[in-house]
Amino acid sequence: MPTITANTGTKHTLVVLLEDEPGALNRVVSMFRRRSFNIESLSVGHTEEANLSRMTLTVAGEDNEVEQMVKHLYKVLEVVKVTDVTAEQSIIREMALIKVTADKPENRAEIMQFAEIFKARVLDVAPDSITLESTGPEDEVDRLFILLKRYGIKESVRTGSVAMLRGSSVAGAI
Amino acid sequence: MATTTSTQQQADVRFTQRELDGARILCECLIAEGVQIIFGYPGGVLLPLYHVFSEYPEIRHILVRHEQAAAHAADGYARATNKVGVCMGTSGPGATNLVTGIATAMMDSAPVVALTGQVTRSLIGRDAFQETDITGITLPITKHNWLVMDTADLATTIKKAFHIAGTGRPGPVLVDIPKDVFTSKTYFSGYPAEVKMRGYNPTVFGHARQIKQAAKLINEAQRPVLLVGHGVTTSEAYNELMELAERAEIPVISTLQGLSSFPTAHPLSLGMPGMHGNLHANHAINESDVLIAMGMRFDDRVTGNLKSFARNCKIIHIDIDPAEIGKNVPVHIPIVGDVKKVLQVLNLHVNAAKHTEWLEKITHWRGKDAARRENEMARLGVLPPQFIIKTLGEVLGGEAVITTDVGQHQMYVAQHFNFRKANSLISSGGLGTMGFGLPSAMGAKMALGENVPVWTVTGDGGFQMNMQELATCVQEKINVKIAILNNGVLGMIRQWQQVFYDGRYHSTPITGPDFVKLAEAFGVRAWRVTHRDEVARTIQEANDWDGPALIDFIIPQGENVFPMVPPGGSNLDAITEA
Repeated sequence: MPTITANTGTKHTLVVLLEDEPGALNRVVSMFRRRSFNIESLSVGHTEEANLSRMTLTVAGEDNEVEQMVKHLYKVLEVVKVTDVTAEQSIIREMALIKVTADKPENRAEIMQFAEIFKARVLDVAPDSITLESTGPEDEVDRLFILLKRYGIKESVRTGSVAMLRGSSVAGAI
Repeated sequence: MATTTSTQQQADVRFTQRELDGARILCECLIAEGVQIIFGYPGGVLLPLYHVFSEYPEIRHILVRHEQAAAHAADGYARATNKVGVCMGTSGPGATNLVTGIATAMMDSAPVVALTGQVTRSLIGRDAFQETDITGITLPITKHNWLVMDTADLATTIKKAFHIAGTGRPGPVLVDIPKDVFTSKTYFSGYPAEVKMRGYNPTVFGHARQIKQAAKLINEAQRPVLLVGHGVTTSEAYNELMELAERAEIPVISTLQGLSSFPTAHPLSLGMPGMHGNLHANHAINESDVLIAMGMRFDDRVTGNLKSFARNCKIIHIDIDPAEIGKNVPVHIPIVGDVKKVLQVLNLHVNAAKHTEWLEKITHWRGKDAARRENEMARLGVLPPQFIIKTLGEVLGGEAVITTDVGQHQMYVAQHFNFRKANSLISSGGLGTMGFGLPSAMGAKMALGENVPVWTVTGDGGFQMNMQELATCVQEKINVKIAILNNGVLGMIRQWQQVFYDGRYHSTPITGPDFVKLAEAFGVRAWRVTHRDEVARTIQEANDWDGPALIDFIIPQGENVFPMVPPGGSNLDAITEA
């Protein structure tokens, strides 16, 4: 069950562009593990450029520790560019699918109301459950979870954050 | 002449063939890379490669007795020359036996290419006979590694491997090659002249403005100190370091890996700091106002407790690896770049200076330390290890290269050997690998040739970890000299048991064979020395002997290395006697 926990340091969002070679993701993750850096969330996928993957990493740490993470990321050979978008104007989003118990009519109405307020999409309705898709900043998704918790969450899945700079700036312009 | 002609004919045939199998492509690439020696051990999946070796007499294969020694030998070769050393093992156990040597090279930034055989591609992932995921195993202990799944990728991969191993901050690179990649043929258009990797661009030249700021800080310093490490050796910045030290009159403190980058006997040399370092070196760091650290990484054996390390000074840190800067200590002026290239610019901006008052203060500390050493030497018995090392330095003069194992003898070498030749100490500092001494000496000797004597100083513990390599020395005629400081115990561990664990000496007494008989059994000339009077003469005799030689020095049990900073303690709280 996701809960809001206090961070040990400031939360940073890193955008990492890396060459799409076998084992590249493993190299990045292994580096974090063996240096005892903690990854809070990680999402990875293709980019508009062939052979280039883009990761968004959410990490918690003091500024100097995050600076070390960035330097060590650059030691991974496939890593082409790392951008810390934390201090920038950026759009940071994650997605959750939440299957919530809805076997009483009054609950169903409330759940649908919350969904509307949080701009969550109703993906599926069954006699005793509703499945929502929520997309937004992490804390917004967290808040929806807290509201839905009282009805009973049957199943949930969340992606890691993905980030992009606002305006015409490009994270990881190379 | 007949042989030469046939070799020439073979070479012509080689180059006219367009289609080559992976094994021959690999050999062509290694030759193009200038590889003359491979330290290795054959095995099932490597047989296609060994099958073609006889067609490539340019490459000499040294058959070690254990793959670990192959990796250490490649490492010793690399460190002695700053060229890439090559080792090889078969799949599975052959590959995993290389691991300790690869990790050792990683920690001390030695350029090594490790080649491993892998099971046939179709068997990968099936737990096939002698299969291990060696790229997975070595991921954290290599600078980079590859599994080559297509013969067509072999040449570029080898090119990249040598490029990565030898440039930037050097390090080991592993290339894992399946058996059928060796046997399948592909069009070979020659060794690539260059490779491009988007994510690999080491910064070599330091930032001009930061170098100027550093020069300003140095010019204003009252109590400057140079703290030099292995990066001085890998970038061969000996003259630049000397110029900076002498012109601005700055004392030089060396980490273990940096020890032979500056002559021990130079008036500005303060030797090694840290856990077993000189007291005056630790005092100088503590009271300096500007600390210029270069090609070193503030290892905990150097700094002691970080809370009390170099608190009163501004730190300039020059290193080719950006990730080393600010890793352990906060830095005032970071300079990312090759030490030699940075010093060449820095020296243009540093003024000639005298630091008379500062040097007098250091001389005062040094005097106290010298008195302590003299007392120590006088107190010791018939064959003190410190005396052996001091004598070794005197007899060998400035010619020899010393490799060490790990333990008390290693620290005696660091403390008492008079280093006169640049890059003359090869020692496992970062990983502290016992068993490193003999094989790394083999590699260094192969690299340096007949005119440079190569000695390994080892303990009876470390020597027993790779003593089987005596056989390699004999078979391959590798003329190394071995000095065992034999006290019948694991000396450094016993020292810790004495000082920190109430003297409960569990599992540190260690028996050994009669090393003289053992050496003779392998065909190595050997001596046993039990008294001070015999030391110099025997070292000379062994050095003059045309072939591998071993001296078994019987030293007193319970002799300890001082000064000693308790682990985690401040460098100023060194223990000077038990």
